[in-house]
Amino acid sequence: MTHSLGENSAVTTSPEGPSVTGGDVQTSSPARRPRRGRKTDWRKTLEITLLSGPAIVVFLAFVIFPVFLAAYYGFFSWKGYGPPTEFVGLDNYLVIFQDSAFHEALLHNGYIVVLSLIIQGPAAVALALLLNQKIRGRSIIRVLIFVPYVISEVIVGTGWSLMLQTSGAVNDLLDKLGLGFLAVDWLSDPRIALWSLMIIISWKYIGFAVILFLAGLQSIPEELSEAASIDGASYWQIQRTITLPLLGPTIRIWAFLSIIGSLQLFDLVYIIWGQYVSATAGTSTMATYMVLNGRLAGNFGYGNAVAVVLFLISLVIALVYQRYVLRRDTEGALTEGKN
Amino acid sequence: MATLLDAPTSAGQKLRRIPKVAWGSPMTYVVAFLFVGVCIAPVLYIIVGGFRTNAQITVDPSGLPSPWVVDNYLSVLASGVFWRQVANSAIAGILTTLGVVSLGLMVSFVLARYDFKLNGAMYSLFAAGLMFPMTVAITPLYILIRDLGLMNTLGGIVLPQIAFALPTTIIILVPFLRAIPKEIEEAASIDGAGRIGFFFRMVVPLSLPGVITTGILAFVASWNSYMLPLFILNDELSYTLPLGVQAFASQYSVDTARVLAFTSLSMIPALIFFSLFERRIVGGLTGAVKG
Repeated sequence: MTHSLGENSAVTTSPEGPSVTGGDVQTSSPARRPRRGRKTDWRKTLEITLLSGPAIVVFLAFVIFPVFLAAYYGFFSWKGYGPPTEFVGLDNYLVIFQDSAFHEALLHNGYIVVLSLIIQGPAAVALALLLNQKIRGRSIIRVLIFVPYVISEVIVGTGWSLMLQTSGAVNDLLDKLGLGFLAVDWLSDPRIALWSLMIIISWKYIGFAVILFLAGLQSIPEELSEAASIDGASYWQIQRTITLPLLGPTIRIWAFLSIIGSLQLFDLVYIIWGQYVSATAGTSTMATYMVLNGRLAGNFGYGNAVAVVLFLISLVIALVYQRYVLRRDTEGALTEGKN
Repeated sequence: MATLLDAPTSAGQKLRRIPKVAWGSPMTYVVAFLFVGVCIAPVLYIIVGGFRTNAQITVDPSGLPSPWVVDNYLSVLASGVFWRQVANSAIAGILTTLGVVSLGLMVSFVLARYDFKLNGAMYSLFAAGLMFPMTVAITPLYILIRDLGLMNTLGGIVLPQIAFALPTTIIILVPFLRAIPKEIEEAASIDGAGRIGFFFRMVVPLSLPGVITTGILAFVASWNSYMLPLFILNDELSYTLPLGVQAFASQYSVDTARVLAFTSLSMIPALIFFSLFERRIVGGLTGAVKG
């Protein structure tokens, strides 16, 4: 895998074995090295520890450890002060699964996952195909369509909620265009709010999908479509039979990121609808449910149990997706660590 | 990533060689123009809206400023609150970036150039972190930070941000470090440099492009970060800009024009940063995703 300088790995594995000399011949180390096998070995371990130690400690402490903490706290009824003492077993989980507010949040997450895929996916592929042509101003276009992705969720949420107010810019613009009948209560009507959220999500994240697909398209050799067009294939035939299949891996990775992002959605909903309105407007997500019923309600045991549920749902979906969809592309680049 | 970075040049050569395709069909431009318009219009609404008065906004919510007024921007720029939040965001962003880059570079060096038994497992551990954004960990993370006594401190958001930025950083940097030719390392070793000397004298300079990419990604993520500061920073003195924008928007909810001005000013640094380093950010993101 690596062409590393692990010069003494052969020595390490069989220091007393019969093939010591053979092993040494294979290594790249200069002839003066072998004697110091033990010493460099010790040194190498020290270097590995010193160089990777800090990152591992920080990563374990703030990314991995919290998940275990959540699993532990999730078994308690706990207000967050002092050590948790009131062990309640699986009670928190029973409450979660029986709470209709959680069911709704889960359902909303499901809608957001599916709608994000079917709204952004085809549109982004079409736009990427279009922009992949050699047109003037392609680089400035690329910068501009990426702007919504780069500005923060708070700015997006604040700006859009001002625009979507009943007396805001969007309704006013519809009026001016003679489309006044389309003006609705975008944010608080529960039949519409989820769609407003989808508009905002699509607007914010489609640029990322387009840029990703453009990068994927540019790695497809031009010779393929040139050869096909010499053979008489039309533009659409080329896209359908050559470009799209070759873009497949990029699309599948994007879909994975989109699904995980949709399951974890918090910022936009919380900024636009706040802690309480999201439930009545029909835009609550598992993450807003977790924050509302955990930290804000002061029930940290319960909040942690919700975190565990959210974690497990994401994990299962991620693993299933990797197993059945990504596997053929990456051969487990994310899971087995070899690229 | 390389293809992506090279793309503009090759496109430029093509344009010169075959001038016929230089313009393409008008339909393409119409659709591209519409798409760009949709992407940019809400941002322009925020920026331009800051140049209007509240009366103008109430009478004609979707109109242009007439006349243009700069008072909203001036009053935000004159407020200490805004600059304090800019400073907090900048400090948190810089510390996060420095932390991610130094820790990430060291561990990537190990992963890329040392042969040892746990190498694969270590890489998988970090790569798995990609799948779990902060949302999942935020509730226990809040408790952890509180127990560490880091509430209302920038350290309380910097440390987790470093940790959560490590996976992307490692995935971008490891291929970079692997690509450094072995001969360079051997030459350094013959010249008497140990592996640590090699690290500082050769690896750090040679991996600079990758370091810049990961640094920018970490900085922009920190600049925009919302959920973590929301949990950790409760004291207004420690607010970063995203929290500041939200607090300002609810505090001055009737003063729409000033909210718009505040919001536009808060996105300027990220926008400038992004337009300067657009290639690298895009290259880094797509590289990380496809890596």
